[in-house]
Amino acid sequence: MTDDHQTLALLLFSGFVAVTLAITTWVSRSRHGSAVEFYAGGRLFSPMENGFAIAGDYMSAASFLGVTGLIALFGYDGLLYSVGFLVAWLVVLYLVAELVRNCGRFTLADVVAARMTERPVRIAAGTSSVTVCVLYLVAQMVGAGSLVALLLGGTSGAARTWTVIGVGALMVVYVSLGGMRATTWIQIVKAVLLLSGAITLTTLVLVRFHGDVNALLSTAAERSGHGDAYLAPGLKYGADWTARFDFISLGLALVLGTAGLPHILSRFYTVPTARAARRSAVWAIGLIGSFYLMTIMLGFGAAVLVGSDAVRASNASGNTAVPLLALDLGGGADSTGGTVLFAVVAAVAFATILAVVAGATLASSASVAHDLYASLRRPGGKRRSEVVVARVAAVGIGAVAIALSLLARDLNIAFLVGLAFAVAASANLPVLLYSLFWRNFTTRGAVWSVYGGLVPALVLVVLSPVVSGSPDSIFPGVDMQYFPLENPGLVSIPLGFLAGWLGTVTSPEVPDEAKHAETEVRALTGAGAV
Amino acid sequence: MDKYDGGEAARLRPDDPWYDALASGWGELGGAGSRASAVPHARREPADRTATAAEIYLEVQRSPAFQEVRSRYRRFVFPGVAVFFTWYVAYVVAATTAPDLMARPVAGAVNVAMLAGLGQFLSTFLLTWAYARHARLRRDRAALELRWNTQELTRETER
Repeated sequence: MTDDHQTLALLLFSGFVAVTLAITTWVSRSRHGSAVEFYAGGRLFSPMENGFAIAGDYMSAASFLGVTGLIALFGYDGLLYSVGFLVAWLVVLYLVAELVRNCGRFTLADVVAARMTERPVRIAAGTSSVTVCVLYLVAQMVGAGSLVALLLGGTSGAARTWTVIGVGALMVVYVSLGGMRATTWIQIVKAVLLLSGAITLTTLVLVRFHGDVNALLSTAAERSGHGDAYLAPGLKYGADWTARFDFISLGLALVLGTAGLPHILSRFYTVPTARAARRSAVWAIGLIGSFYLMTIMLGFGAAVLVGSDAVRASNASGNTAVPLLALDLGGGADSTGGTVLFAVVAAVAFATILAVVAGATLASSASVAHDLYASLRRPGGKRRSEVVVARVAAVGIGAVAIALSLLARDLNIAFLVGLAFAVAASANLPVLLYSLFWRNFTTRGAVWSVYGGLVPALVLVVLSPVVSGSPDSIFPGVDMQYFPLENPGLVSIPLGFLAGWLGTVTSPEVPDEAKHAETEVRALTGAGAV
Repeated sequence: MDKYDGGEAARLRPDDPWYDALASGWGELGGAGSRASAVPHARREPADRTATAAEIYLEVQRSPAFQEVRSRYRRFVFPGVAVFFTWYVAYVVAATTAPDLMARPVAGAVNVAMLAGLGQFLSTFLLTWAYARHARLRRDRAALELRWNTQELTRETER
């Protein structure tokens, strides 16, 4: 990579940072410092604005860089990710979006705790929300690190470390100063940038092939070195039954996890009504669907124009396929067009990471302050404002996420995101669905359901080949691998549902009929919604 | 799809979100923001009125109007979820366990797997449209009425 690339990319990225910081300052200038303002941006965003913000929150660097990279390297098996990421939105739209908007105030725990003994349920749901957010943050920050390694033309450890720290520091500033309002606007700006970038590149790929998708596909198959197998499933996940189950596990995690992601759920609180929540989900599905269709084209485009070997040489996990594709589409490494396009794409990817990271940090700081702090605070202790606690929590979560990201920096980001989804699907979704739809659900059921999904999911990851026992592990020297799959979803999601059912049927507590009636009436009509 | 979404949202835009806020939040002390900021730490309603409010919610829940809204919602959503979830799981399982079937060419470079993948995208868009339409035509009006009535009743108990 030449100096021109770096300078221009850094310049564009500094521009984005400056604009977002300006938004943050401008927004926080007129803020009231109330909880509704901080967690939900005053609940006055329109469905279209929120739809763009949801899309901005969801279309992460993992999709833009990770999924396209997987498609470039493994063809069809990468496409399976795109499908899972999109279909997941039907779960959100059908079962969650409107009901959560009607029942809750700021967090996932609000919805669950309304029917139950508040304290234990809040602590459980808060803990799992924070865990999911931190995993998600790690994935995004690892992405930031690998992007910089590419930009600076090497794998300089110091550069990656400082990028991760820089991204972490920026997100803390956005969140603790600007709250939900600033975060939302950053996500909207980012969604527009990312979609424009993807549209430009896709158009250029199609122009290169004169609009002939068939030629694009067959050339990709030819150049990948795998022939027709490249266009069929099985290259990455078809080797043996372990790999197959691993993929089924991932597929389940993707489709069920989205509805349990705290930063996605909290987005529905930023609109005034359930109808607006529904419309923002419809907007989001349109935007996200179009985006994933484009990632497929970009992945195949990278396989043809850059070549799988060149992608693999730049980054073993394929995370740098899109920037390399942009370089080629612009006219090659030495042309102005190539330099500009490369810089633009790199800057967009950075912007993506920043926006997603801000969203996840906000959601986790809300869980810490609104759920954990409010429940664990000593009754006689000094009462601090929840918003102040949330701002401080953002700093703490930033520090934890930075530390973990530095540990996990060589893992594929799409895989890391898959992990976050698995934990969300195991710990958050069962308890959410049970509380919304099951009349006899009890406090014990809720608590068991959260821990019954969270603990197995985390333990299975620790015992998996990701952590130890294989050459690509985080700790290759240690061997404590007892679970063969990289993604725990296949086992831990059913366990989460099972634990919730078991806890409910064994609990001596009589389910509170009136509380259930209240939840149901509020969920479906919006009565008493704030 | 994008175009359609834009069109739909644009068509519906005039009555949203302000229409909702006005129609349902009328008389609620001037909107959500100021109300909540007045009592930032209130988590639930005060305990002294839950007894009566609980009765109201139970009563509303047993009312035929609510039962109708709920069954319309469930009759649409549960089969819908069953359909797309089965279709998705079948797709994932087929992709991992029956690669030969998925690799069968259909036309040019396009094979069964490609069609199935695009089919997932298409079905997602279609089901999104169907849900939004069903909710708008079959549920929204009745739900809004119920919300209005329920809030009237609970407000009376507060006085």
